[in-house]
Amino acid sequence: MLHLALFLIFAVICVAGAVNLLAQKHPIESALSLVVVMGALAGLYMLLGAEFLAAIQVIVYAGAVMVLFVFVIMLLNAGEEEHTRGSKVALLFGVPGMVVGSVLGAWVLIRSNPSAKDVAIGSLYGPAREIGKLLFTTYLLPFEITSVLILIAIMGAVVLARRESQ
Amino acid sequence: MPTGNLSVVTFVIVSVIKIVLFLFVLLTGVAYTVWLERKVVGHIQNRWGPTRVGPFGLLQPLADGLKFIFKEDLTPPYVHKFLYVLAPMLSLMTALISISLIPVGGNITIAGITTPIQITDTNISLLIILGVTSIGVYGVALAGWSSNSKYSMLGSLRASAQMISYEVALGLSLIGVLMLTGSFSLRAIVEHQAGGFWHWNVFGGFQFVAFFIYLCAAYAETNRIPFDLPEAETELVAGYHTEYSSMKFAMFFMAEYANMVTVACLASILFLGGYNGPTFSGFLPPILSSLMPVIWFLARVVFFLFVYIWVRGTLPRFRYDQLMAFSWKFLLPLSLANVMITGLVVALRA
Repeated sequence: MLHLALFLIFAVICVAGAVNLLAQKHPIESALSLVVVMGALAGLYMLLGAEFLAAIQVIVYAGAVMVLFVFVIMLLNAGEEEHTRGSKVALLFGVPGMVVGSVLGAWVLIRSNPSAKDVAIGSLYGPAREIGKLLFTTYLLPFEITSVLILIAIMGAVVLARRESQ
Repeated sequence: MPTGNLSVVTFVIVSVIKIVLFLFVLLTGVAYTVWLERKVVGHIQNRWGPTRVGPFGLLQPLADGLKFIFKEDLTPPYVHKFLYVLAPMLSLMTALISISLIPVGGNITIAGITTPIQITDTNISLLIILGVTSIGVYGVALAGWSSNSKYSMLGSLRASAQMISYEVALGLSLIGVLMLTGSFSLRAIVEHQAGGFWHWNVFGGFQFVAFFIYLCAAYAETNRIPFDLPEAETELVAGYHTEYSSMKFAMFFMAEYANMVTVACLASILFLGGYNGPTFSGFLPPILSSLMPVIWFLARVVFFLFVYIWVRGTLPRFRYDQLMAFSWKFLLPLSLANVMITGLVVALRA
């Protein structure tokens, strides 16, 4: 019961943040809504029992990647969007239509897989110890490839930012 | 039962009391850290510091608080209002959250209720503190941008770039301690160092390199001298809080000192043995002997605050490129080397 309530709270915050991201006119407020979404996702991971992943989500995604987004928006001085004259009729029919469409899609997906159960609380790997073991045994290849990918990204950043030697 | 052996209602009441007590002590500590800084820096510079308001100037923080409350709260017309108001709140919130995870003492039994002297302990406490530090960067970045002024913008960009660079070294320096302890829980880290000062992580765990890196990275995270270029008055007027007045400025100010206190608490927990120390349980009644660890913890925290202030009064500040080079070219490789060597020792010992 408490878990359902907590799930609903985090899910509502997540969806509200995502909708706010689209509705805001200024890109910085959209970026901050995305930070809220990341935070709500971390809450959902915590509910699933993946506490290490939740903390890493906050540290890396909300605390570093989104800071990068915010930096870029600040430095580029992107101003408020101009609103073109949208159609009120489109808004009147579009928003409820989208809600109905997504509910229909979700219902079809759930019905098409009759053996799917609710995800139990705590069903993901929680402690860092277990995730470490998984990373270095079962998922070793993706781990190494990801590290090579990050190395390529770092080298790309260095090459792009290098001063041309005159 | 997640509430231990207490009923839910008792647990909630005890937790609320602890939260109020911790926040009160933290905020008073922040105010008197400002007093301590003014006195110590004053004496380093061969002058007295505050002496007039109360004995030894001890009521000076009260006078400062009243001043901030009565000052005119000015909101310049060209700022981005929502973020301008949000930024100091974000800074102060993230500065105050970390105190909820810090173990100040062992268990204490009052009126038959046994509870740890800590608001809460989770098995990812250290990661939560790192996460909260990462969110604190937003307070600084948004303050500068929303103020819509050159000095603020530059100051906040420098401050946030500095903070995210030193977060890497900070996180890596903690890994050595984590490998020795095997848990992210702060209470487990403190209890791993029980039994005399040779067990502390800085001596017995040989984490003195990590200790040095942690202190440097923490000084940079809290924007203190020698890393306080973002706030340097001679450089940037006042950096990211140029356009703030009265209560909002006071919130940034409190957030900076609360961050200092958090860093001091963490350094004493991770490297100096936390609240371990003789409890004199043979001589003292049980309540007093459960409070002895609190006194040992406070002694360490005050020591770190004193070192912070001592460094502030002594060293000149880094230039910005020296600051960034120090983080990426010196602290990062050093902390990686520390992680590798500690990992090797732990693996060979097991």
